[in-house]
Amino acid sequence: MPLRSDIKKVLVIGSGPIVIGQAAEFDYAGTQACRALKQEGLEVVLINSNPATIMTDKHMADKIYIEPLTLDVVKRIIEIEKPDSVLSTLGGQTGLTLSMQLAEEGFLASHNVKLLGAVPETIHKAEDRQAFKDTMEEINQPCIPSKVVETVEDAMEFATVIDYPVIVRPAFTLGGTGGGIAYTPDELHEIATNGLRLSPITQILVEKCISGWKEIEFEVIRDSKNNVITVCSMENMDPVGVHTGDSIVVAPAVTLTPKEYGMLRSAALNIVQALGVEGGCNCQFALKPDSFEYAVIEVNPRVSRSSALASKATGYPIAKVATKIAIGYSLDEIVNQVTGNTYACFEPTIDYMVVKFPKWPFDKFVYAKKTLGTQMKATGEVMAIAPSFEGGMMKAVRSIELGMDTLTKKAFLELSDEEIEKKLYDVDVDRCFCIFEALKRGISIDRIHEITMVDKWFISKLNNLVKLEAWLAEGELTQEKYETAKKYCYLDSTIERISGQKIKERKLAVYKMVDTCAAEFSAATPYFYNTFDEENEAKEFIETHPTDKKKIIVFGSGPIRIGQGIEFDYCSVHCVWSLKEEGCEAIICNNNPETVSTDFDTGDRLYFDPLTREDVEALIATEKPYGVVVQFGGQTAIKLIKHLTDLGVRILGTSAADVDAAEDRELFDELLEKCGIPRPQGSTVFTTEEALKVANQLGYPVLLRPSYVLGGQNMIIAHCDNDVQEYMTIITATELENPVLIDKYMMGTEVEVDAICDGEDFLIPGIMEHVERAGVHSGDSISVYPCQTLTPHIKRVIIDYTEKLAKALHVIGLVNIQYVVYNHEVYVIEVNPRSSRTVPYISKVTGVPMVDLATKILLGKKLKDMGYQSGLYPSADYIAVKVPVFSFEKLHDVDNQLGPEMKSTGECLGIAKTFGEALLKGLTAAGYKMYDKGGVLISVRDSDKNEVIEIASRFEALGFDIYATGGTASILNRNMIATNHAYRIGKGDPDVISLLESGKINYVISTSETGRQPSRDSVKMRRKAVERSIACLTSIDTANALLECLEMHKSVDDVEMVDITKI
Amino acid sequence: MILENSKKASLVLADGTVFEGKSLGAEGKVIGEVVFTTSMVGYQETLTDPAYCGQIIVQTFPLIGNYGVNSADDAAAYNAAAGYVVRECCEDPSNFRCEGKLEDYLVKNGTVGLCDIDTRSLTRVIREKGVMNGAIVCGDFDKEALLKEINAFDAGCVTAKVSVKEKQSFAAENGKYNVAVLDLGMKNELKDQLLKRGCNVTVMPCGATAEQVLAESPDGVIISGGPGDPAADTAAIETVKALIEKKLPIYAVCKGHQVLAVANGAKITKLKYGHRGASQPVKSLENGKTYITAQNTGYAVEFDTMPAGAAELTHINGNDKVCEGIRYLNIPAFSTQFSPDTSGSPHDTGYLYDRFIKMMEENK
Repeated sequence: MPLRSDIKKVLVIGSGPIVIGQAAEFDYAGTQACRALKQEGLEVVLINSNPATIMTDKHMADKIYIEPLTLDVVKRIIEIEKPDSVLSTLGGQTGLTLSMQLAEEGFLASHNVKLLGAVPETIHKAEDRQAFKDTMEEINQPCIPSKVVETVEDAMEFATVIDYPVIVRPAFTLGGTGGGIAYTPDELHEIATNGLRLSPITQILVEKCISGWKEIEFEVIRDSKNNVITVCSMENMDPVGVHTGDSIVVAPAVTLTPKEYGMLRSAALNIVQALGVEGGCNCQFALKPDSFEYAVIEVNPRVSRSSALASKATGYPIAKVATKIAIGYSLDEIVNQVTGNTYACFEPTIDYMVVKFPKWPFDKFVYAKKTLGTQMKATGEVMAIAPSFEGGMMKAVRSIELGMDTLTKKAFLELSDEEIEKKLYDVDVDRCFCIFEALKRGISIDRIHEITMVDKWFISKLNNLVKLEAWLAEGELTQEKYETAKKYCYLDSTIERISGQKIKERKLAVYKMVDTCAAEFSAATPYFYNTFDEENEAKEFIETHPTDKKKIIVFGSGPIRIGQGIEFDYCSVHCVWSLKEEGCEAIICNNNPETVSTDFDTGDRLYFDPLTREDVEALIATEKPYGVVVQFGGQTAIKLIKHLTDLGVRILGTSAADVDAAEDRELFDELLEKCGIPRPQGSTVFTTEEALKVANQLGYPVLLRPSYVLGGQNMIIAHCDNDVQEYMTIITATELENPVLIDKYMMGTEVEVDAICDGEDFLIPGIMEHVERAGVHSGDSISVYPCQTLTPHIKRVIIDYTEKLAKALHVIGLVNIQYVVYNHEVYVIEVNPRSSRTVPYISKVTGVPMVDLATKILLGKKLKDMGYQSGLYPSADYIAVKVPVFSFEKLHDVDNQLGPEMKSTGECLGIAKTFGEALLKGLTAAGYKMYDKGGVLISVRDSDKNEVIEIASRFEALGFDIYATGGTASILNRNMIATNHAYRIGKGDPDVISLLESGKINYVISTSETGRQPSRDSVKMRRKAVERSIACLTSIDTANALLECLEMHKSVDDVEMVDITKI
Repeated sequence: MILENSKKASLVLADGTVFEGKSLGAEGKVIGEVVFTTSMVGYQETLTDPAYCGQIIVQTFPLIGNYGVNSADDAAAYNAAAGYVVRECCEDPSNFRCEGKLEDYLVKNGTVGLCDIDTRSLTRVIREKGVMNGAIVCGDFDKEALLKEINAFDAGCVTAKVSVKEKQSFAAENGKYNVAVLDLGMKNELKDQLLKRGCNVTVMPCGATAEQVLAESPDGVIISGGPGDPAADTAAIETVKALIEKKLPIYAVCKGHQVLAVANGAKITKLKYGHRGASQPVKSLENGKTYITAQNTGYAVEFDTMPAGAAELTHINGNDKVCEGIRYLNIPAFSTQFSPDTSGSPHDTGYLYDRFIKMMEENK
């Protein structure tokens, strides 16, 4: 069936801000969808509140709304744009849920809008627990004994029937939010209460726990002709019980004989047919390891994280194909773009192993619980392609950027054998490393299997690495040993370290192709990974496709993590597009399967490999590029600059020496002195003693952070010696290559500037001002463009400093500078001679295509030639407010008080004519609810007590009841604000916890001198607020901003919707 | 993972290409036609698939032997593969039914194998140059002499080797139909699928005459798959020609499909590198649907050479569009190049057996 003739204008709903469980994969899917729709000549309207995405870029759709993803907003956009169809399956759970609500309310029918992708019946059958069970029963697919309940009592009763442990899964929540395994009635009571509250329909599923079974997934695609195929099978290394997003996953499944494989594949096909999915679908199964017994765990009738992984693992573009199916095509009409001469109606075969490794945020959140369960905690992931599982693991572990190049975790070396064996019982983020350590200690494979239930296949493979490393460590490093280690993807530096010997004859990697068909057909789309074989398919490809274009490699940003998110993929992809436009051959190297950059048709060639020195060296040797670009891939890419320079590669853009001048403390101080620009006083240290000395010289509070970081990793404000000691202990636990920076901490207005420089002129598209005063990480602050409170003089100073810094650092391309304005003086906090997380949003609201201009400058063009003048670009007519979004409900024991260390996982944007309206949109998009009355609980540190008086009186004036803890309550009462006393935890009635549970509180304002330690009362109170989904404001400035919105007495419905393509 | 002390072995192709690796399974020398299969699971079924008789099989998936071997999963009671080439053979397999390692199984069956080579590179050679003869040898060898031997090698007709020697009968529970299978190299699965559907099965040797087949008074005849060039099966072709005359319901699979086509006057062509794997897309021209099939063939029917009006094309390959299924117009017969319902997967085309049973029902 060709394109449906009744489809002309399609609304695509995006997935909103990046949160744990819903990350960049939906930008990848949405971007593919928009491109596929445009290719068909359809008019595309897009809504997504996330400004860092590629899909919200001007040329991705005809109309683009960066607006809150609420039902009312989507309805208004449908009324304004009058699309004839809505695509439901490419915007993650957010898109799916909104689509279903629109359909169920009859809104779509009454506006003559068709739902494409999954129809409501399909969504209902897959997502409603009972309907799903009934459907599975009808087609004889076994489910786990379970019951849907709506009260805690029913949950408890059912658990006694099926016996503990039981799993709780709330209906319609993302990434299993609010779920968990309960081993006792007490635990069930807690989890069920929480799950019921988080479920938008107050419904949870209580089911028999089958942890220890194998977890197998199939990605299936079906079209309206009922053609149905599986794209890929995947096996989780972690047995059932660990969320698949938190599990090490391999593709294809490896421990199944054809009988089990066929059984589950048939089950997947039957399920997808029974649900009537038209498009992509993910089916998860649990398989009993010692029989053919299995159960269907979950089905997602949409593209998902797993489908992004399956797409990258096989080369099969699931999102694109799903979109074409949604608009009428059948699989046998869609060409397989990889081979170019076969069709999408086939099952890919692969001739390599794929290993996916999750990226968790626990290198940042040192006090958070690292245990894994049914609730996902990873922020991102990497994928490795290798000829063996062992090789895949080695590539994955160095891609994940934990400072590891083998599976040996330093901390485990210090544990005794008994401690290691005991640690094996912990289902946490280090389990795979613990298994590795246990094998090294001689704990048997059987014993490890008995404890962990990880299939022996995986354990044996890890044991192979143990054997290999032992072999390397003993005797002479022969060429045979070296080559064997290379085959299993060890780095030269690792081999030299383990063997303690120099390598005699180095071998560089060669490249193999990912082609969907295990070489059965010759492929047209070049997608490669490195191996240590003889044949170099990439070299062959380059030689058989000669071109006189300049070859340029763009290095990507690796896994999505807090501080380095999707915005760097936005920059990398835009750079590639501009390079292509400029007639260059653009080559991408990255290791993140969730992104647009690793789509095989984004660049002219894709290399799916780790971003380490040696991997990069092999790529340079094969490609022999004209130049490389490192300034768009975040810290991951810029970190490579020195090594690339040493290899003699031409760096396009700011040079290694200048990057160093910005990041090396002493060089930077010299440069500032030369320019006459002040900065907060500070110094660099390596040891705790030095740190204490400097801190006391500067006077508290001081800011501590390692040099060469992004996202404020391990950054704190220290108020006393204790803080400094605690911090230095944590940071010196990992190897300290670079010193720690200590600065005097100034609590002023933070201002951020991104500039584009060509060596002569510089362009500032806009100055951003942070709502929160310095001390809250710039990524966690509400950021406003254009700046609202700066005087013309201060602005002039900032422009002047920016120019001086750009020139002094010889910036070519992008630079990001953060300033603090303190007592009417401007100080520089840091300069990053690379792209930043604000680039996508500033590009969108100012209309200045920043990455495009920067890329052209890298190639030698000048701002003048492109029609831009030096200096600050005229302000746009709209005000844009970027509001951070957090994933605190998924990370237990993380203190949600904001500080210098970045904690947000994503962001939303509000765009409007006035600051207040833009803020209202931004806060609404980020999930803040606007109440006009209710209760506010206030508990602030002494330094905030004066300022909180005004805040409290404004809340009181709005009609809110005020509650406060001890000191805060007495100061408020003294200032004539009627305040209810809330006791400290366990010290009276009501205490803060019972108050938060009472439902009387709508907002919490909580600040404390110190935080982090989960045992502290203030942290417990803030955590409670997170658990009860009560907005918790941890800065006086944020509270002020919220009040401003409340005082407007407006809702988003009263504010104009803005199509950003018209800006 | 092989760390040390393993024997060197090589694969020598007729064009002189040599892949040096390590010995796997039985040691020795073997010559055969080198073919690749893209199946990612099902190595045990592959090794015992009679259609591979005399061939050196290359697995494109690099990790083979992951779930070991077991006595229940042989495709036929016949060790078909002459030689076996994998990138890496798993030394510590894991599966609840695992009874042993693949490597030991190869030794036991005397299959000469080779591992630790770049199988993708080898596959690309075969894809570009087409299937060719080759040899696996352990240790040192005289390349010139070996190449002569390789080039002179002709497997000839191997059907008799893989077919039953005497007829064999199997009764279904409450069997409703009697089906004779002309065994050109049948897999157990074919028999099991028929028994499952209430057919008593009599397996006839490939040399059986039409009279011998008819003596079993079958309600229908299945012509099974098997190895090699169908044109060499002259006896089977004659038998099929005679059976056609009797207008008995016939369903022919794999090589049987080719034999039936030849018996009806069509020609066969040799494919450059065949269709071997578990994910060959086949499009039904009857309902427009595409099915994922398991296949193992080096030949295809040239449908254009079929006498006019004799048959219609029912299935084509989704990739290269060659003939995959035929329905005959003047006789109650149809055929497919793939075997429906192969044990591992894909399970998509079992309906073809049902169609055969319906045909027998209507013919009764």
